[in-house]
Amino acid sequence: MEIVKSIVTPVSLDYDYVTGRAQSRFLRGIAEGKILGQRCMECRRVYVPSRGACPRCAVPTEEELQVSDKGTVTTFCIVRVPSENLSFALPYACVAVLLDGANIPFNHIVQECALEDVRMGMRVQAVWAPKNELAPSMTSIRYFKPIAEPDAEFDSYKEHI
Amino acid sequence: MRDVAIVSFAQSAKAREQRNEIEILMPVVREAVKASGLPRTEIDFTCSGSSDYLQGQSFAFVGALDAVGAWPPIKESHVEMDGAWALYEAWIKIQTGDVDSALVYSFGKSSPGDIAEVLALQLDPYTMTPLWPDAHSLAALQARAFLEATGKSERELAAVAARSRRSAIGNPHAVVSGEFEVEKLLAEPYVVSPLRAHDLPPVTDGASALVMVAGDRARTLCKRPVWIRGIDHRIEPQSLGARELVRSASTEIAGAKAGVHKGKIDLAELHAPYSHQELILRAALGLGESVKVNPSGGALASHPLMAAGLVRIGEAAQRLMNREGDRAVAHATQGPCLQQNLVCVLEGD
Amino acid sequence: MGERSAVIGIGQTKYDAKRIDVSMPGLCREAALAALADADLTWADIDAVVVGKAPDMFEGVMMPEMFLADSLGAAGKPLLRVHTAGSVGGSTGIVASSLVESGVFERVLCVAFEKQSESNAMWALTVSTPFSVAVIAGAGGYFAPLIRGYMRRSGAPEDTGIRVAVKDRQNALKNPYAHVKIPGVTFDQVMASPMLWDPIRYLETCPSSDGACAMIFASERATAKSPGKPAWVHATAMRSEPTMFSGRDQVNPLAGRMNAKDLYAKAGITNPRKEIDCAEIYVPFSWFEPMWMETMGFAEEGQGWKMTYEGATALDGDLPVNMSGGVLSSNPIGASGLIRFAEAAMQVRGQAGEHQVDGVHKALGHAYGGGSQYFSTYIVADHKP
Repeated sequence: MEIVKSIVTPVSLDYDYVTGRAQSRFLRGIAEGKILGQRCMECRRVYVPSRGACPRCAVPTEEELQVSDKGTVTTFCIVRVPSENLSFALPYACVAVLLDGANIPFNHIVQECALEDVRMGMRVQAVWAPKNELAPSMTSIRYFKPIAEPDAEFDSYKEHI
Repeated sequence: MRDVAIVSFAQSAKAREQRNEIEILMPVVREAVKASGLPRTEIDFTCSGSSDYLQGQSFAFVGALDAVGAWPPIKESHVEMDGAWALYEAWIKIQTGDVDSALVYSFGKSSPGDIAEVLALQLDPYTMTPLWPDAHSLAALQARAFLEATGKSERELAAVAARSRRSAIGNPHAVVSGEFEVEKLLAEPYVVSPLRAHDLPPVTDGASALVMVAGDRARTLCKRPVWIRGIDHRIEPQSLGARELVRSASTEIAGAKAGVHKGKIDLAELHAPYSHQELILRAALGLGESVKVNPSGGALASHPLMAAGLVRIGEAAQRLMNREGDRAVAHATQGPCLQQNLVCVLEGD
Repeated sequence: MGERSAVIGIGQTKYDAKRIDVSMPGLCREAALAALADADLTWADIDAVVVGKAPDMFEGVMMPEMFLADSLGAAGKPLLRVHTAGSVGGSTGIVASSLVESGVFERVLCVAFEKQSESNAMWALTVSTPFSVAVIAGAGGYFAPLIRGYMRRSGAPEDTGIRVAVKDRQNALKNPYAHVKIPGVTFDQVMASPMLWDPIRYLETCPSSDGACAMIFASERATAKSPGKPAWVHATAMRSEPTMFSGRDQVNPLAGRMNAKDLYAKAGITNPRKEIDCAEIYVPFSWFEPMWMETMGFAEEGQGWKMTYEGATALDGDLPVNMSGGVLSSNPIGASGLIRFAEAAMQVRGQAGEHQVDGVHKALGHAYGGGSQYFSTYIVADHKP
């Protein structure tokens, strides 16, 4: 008699995901082609995307402001290994972008750039979806592309690595 | 053993929150810390309870650190359990002498998923989960066994529900409250027999937090600190066929170890998400008719899963702080059909 | 208040990509029974059980310790389930030790495990939420940019990571439990392996393993009755910080540095490099060895890579690191931290067989988790604190 060594049990659960108030405001801004951040009243730093709270000071962040869609790549890696759920085709450059006006980088990808040219300090600009396709989702920013500005000085972003 | 007292408690609960977990938790933690009288940086240890599966994301609890002030870095731990067990870990840490105070918190949103279905994943994955027995159905099995073994009736279950909803009037954290006639409740259809809607826990999103302090310092912070005189918890085998469903053996052991009967009990907050379970727990703890059970309305009025057990402890403590009694029992449970139980004996200063 | 605790029993499973020969209960019992045998105890001698594991989506079971309770001899006993992300194995050991040091329990069994072959670990780490873009490809994708940051800050030679990988993989050949064994592994072989998340190569990366590790902590009184050589717990430390905030140093996190400081202060250690004989450190990607050497105070900031280069961290160096082959060789995620604690205790107890370092009196166990934000460490020694 053959022993049953394993069984496959499919599991499927549906969740209604609630973004929360701060992220909701951020996403509505994105739908209008704007990148919004929030400033912490205690440490004065600007968080992008807005999260409703400053983790450093543990206080709600309320002051809202718009930041530039241009910024600096603080660090990066080139992803070559497949994984489920990834949004982009391999290989791609996953970058941390510190937008001008923000005090914390966030993650996205760089395209229109040879992988070997991706570097720390590179200046980049967001490439948005066409106006009629803008939606309250990070996919409204298709990717970041390099722009013709001199690389940022290491000192200007080393705090954020 | 060091004497440890609860000096503050805060909670939040709603049927369906538009805020995310961090937005819900932050004001609750701030309120508990403020009420404790201690600056955040002087609370030595932080311990929390929550479940990734409620949020449908791995490491879901990590984001909660944003809400609780973890900078500069803190001594902190987390259990994938109801907050009542986070309180236990913190109590143990204080007993070791490594810390003298602790912030305990827990949170959970049940509304995003179908919670009874999500809990089917909390079972033996090889033999039980593939059948997808939801939590309400398992509880109904236990309720049926209980009614037949004890000769009690669905009317008595409805009476528990009616009393709970009445007690919950005036509780701002209750999701269900009001005056309900037992006859009218019994006229409602079964959800899964013998249980009706009023016998089931309401879907609730919420959070709770409290602060504990060791020794005499508690008296300088709180007018009437509430001492933890005994605390114990036990688990039973999960399989429904491997234990007696109609009594809660683990609650009996935990209650004895916690010293429930070393004095008169004025009130009890029992974590009974299903009406029949309150009757099982009362018997397990030997609570007589004179004990006021679930003055808050209990889990039938508000059930923020993963936080509800900590809420029982906090509610009991709060009432003792308000001099509604001198000695109380608080109980927390998790797992299907009262599989794991924690009992805590509290005494006002 | 403040009792002493010691490790009196240790058990590990054979780590492998898929332990299809056992169920989850079987996997945990393999380690637990080995620990009980090591301590010459039975299930009945255990007063409380602590289970540690990482996200439950790795098995697709919510709170699996609930259904495992009776298979771990926990029926009628207190059971706790710890989850502090990747550092959970370490936290599990610390909680078990605390249960004894509280004076409440005499003998506590802790088991940390992961049977991640039953689900899909990469998926569980990258579950996408609506409105977002899934850009970070698992743990490697998260840590690769940080490693690049370390390389830039320290000026470390680019092959530092390769050297760590070769060392750990050679050590694994001497560990009967290790998952990944590459006989005759060479520098060129590691360098030639595919680049996964530049700058991390395949052979510089931890595997995905099934496995369990169990330890028994006991009071002074219970330890006196146990047959083997105990490893006395001299200190434990836990520190956490938020995942991200403006200006956070993720390469040399303050939580890690404060954890080390607290640990050494409690253990009465003023010169860790000299006073600690060997260390099991959580290195899931090779570059974390030089990084953690700095965070743990074994090397000055920016100099950790020199320890690797000089051979200080080799099995015959002056501070051997990851004698067992480390996380690079076996990685059941929830267990990896406890395995570090177990292997450190094994060195003190003289149980490490082929990968035993001579004359170990004091050893360090280290685990980290999350976005390099949770740190759980301990120090064990062959004498009472």
